[in-house]
Amino acid sequence: MKFSIFSLMRQALGHHARWPAQWRSPEPKAAYDAVIVGGGGHGLGTAYYLAKEHGLRNIAVVEKGWLGGGNTGRNTTIIRSNYLWEESEAIYELSVKLWETLSDELNYNVMYSPRGVMMLAHTVHDIQVFKRHVHANRLAGIDNEWLTPEAAKAFCPPLNISPKLRYPVLGAALQRRGGTARHDAVAWGYARAASALGVDIIENAEVMAVRRDARGAVEGVETTRGMIRTKKVGVVAAGHTSVLMSMADVRMPLESYPLQALVSEPVKPVLPCVVMSNTVHAYISQSDKGELVIGAGTDAYTSYSQTGGLHVSAHTLDAICDLFPTFRRMRMMRNWGGIVDVTPDRSPIIGLTPVPGLYVNCGWGTGGFKATPGSAYVFAATMARGEPHPIAAPFALERFTTGRLIDEAAAAAVAH
Amino acid sequence: MLLITCPYCRMARPESEFHYGGEAHVARPAEPANVSDAEWAAYLYMRANPKGVHAERWRHIHGCGRFFNAVRNTVSDEILATYEAGMSRPDLGDGTKDAR
Repeated sequence: MKFSIFSLMRQALGHHARWPAQWRSPEPKAAYDAVIVGGGGHGLGTAYYLAKEHGLRNIAVVEKGWLGGGNTGRNTTIIRSNYLWEESEAIYELSVKLWETLSDELNYNVMYSPRGVMMLAHTVHDIQVFKRHVHANRLAGIDNEWLTPEAAKAFCPPLNISPKLRYPVLGAALQRRGGTARHDAVAWGYARAASALGVDIIENAEVMAVRRDARGAVEGVETTRGMIRTKKVGVVAAGHTSVLMSMADVRMPLESYPLQALVSEPVKPVLPCVVMSNTVHAYISQSDKGELVIGAGTDAYTSYSQTGGLHVSAHTLDAICDLFPTFRRMRMMRNWGGIVDVTPDRSPIIGLTPVPGLYVNCGWGTGGFKATPGSAYVFAATMARGEPHPIAAPFALERFTTGRLIDEAAAAAVAH
Repeated sequence: MLLITCPYCRMARPESEFHYGGEAHVARPAEPANVSDAEWAAYLYMRANPKGVHAERWRHIHGCGRFFNAVRNTVSDEILATYEAGMSRPDLGDGTKDAR
């Protein structure tokens, strides 16, 4: 079924009681040409591009819970590509370009909204770093511009630019093409489109073991819904990547931390863009439902608890109240945590592993949502061809041995 | 907010007095000049990151200032033991001591 004004009218006449299921829920087959482990945006996107761009239709996505129930449904949906290094610019800009046409591509409204991402500078160091980013981005053809505090306030009226703040706003870097998208819709849109191309999406199937043959190559995965034979496995499991890779005896340069987010009660439109501040640690935008969506930091220690300490979100709310005094009386409705896999250089790991047939796409840390389409696109190409896509190549696992790290610590969405 | 017992101060204090120091018992190669790039990478970057019992370093920065180790369950965040730096990981009888 194709979504259109006509399908909407037809279903309206039936009181919206006859919308069909958006993807099939088949029993797992005994064998596939490839299996993706992890049904979040990156995993479902990988399956979609494997089917669409590379003609691999006999493939499956296995997910231990429900689609988009991990970090895809837990993040603050910020999209931007204003990273410092060329390798990062290439993959994040590919993503932004794919975001721009994703709703048409999938025939599913992912509600991509390029409302602008404004990153605040509060210190001389911030100003120098952000201006360096602006110049680097413009050389790469990526939009990013420097704003004075007054221009920042004109772009975002509720912002407090008083010089009396403990950390006053000294300027801002603005990427106008940055923005947000609807996170659930990304998972559902990719799932629907992949399913229509023949991809089997298998929920409630947790991988318990990775089976390997005598020479060490992948032979299949043991799941809670039975053994699935395959010669290609793509692990796209975010915070649980280390756990899955240890099933194949591969140690990863990853540490998993709880990252928190919270939302306020819904109000009328009050915040026209995304505002980020690494220095005072505040990330905020307003959803189309009217809730303020706020990103807090990670806990100090590795954990799989999916909650996070209250003092971490309280710290972010302190900063939000300083920057936006009008929000002080608002109530927070919900808060939650997601488990993010952080690499030493804050850049992802995409590519082959020492185990033949085992591929990995992980290490997106605190900022993976924005990369969903680009990450899925290059990872699908890498899995299909058995060699890294040119944009994925610098992000190979070997960089930790060769020393060619891609140090994006300064550009990460969370101050580390 | 964790409540952590510093083995030197012998007091349970809030997490905000401490600084996390990553995985414990990662030994620096004894002869740095003679190790391969892969061995360096293993020492510098590769981590167990288990979902379960984890031995880790903490530093009591707003107390005695000293490093010590803790054994913690990374699912429940329960701290099972803390012990002085330099001591070997205590065997808690749960079979996790030798797991990597």
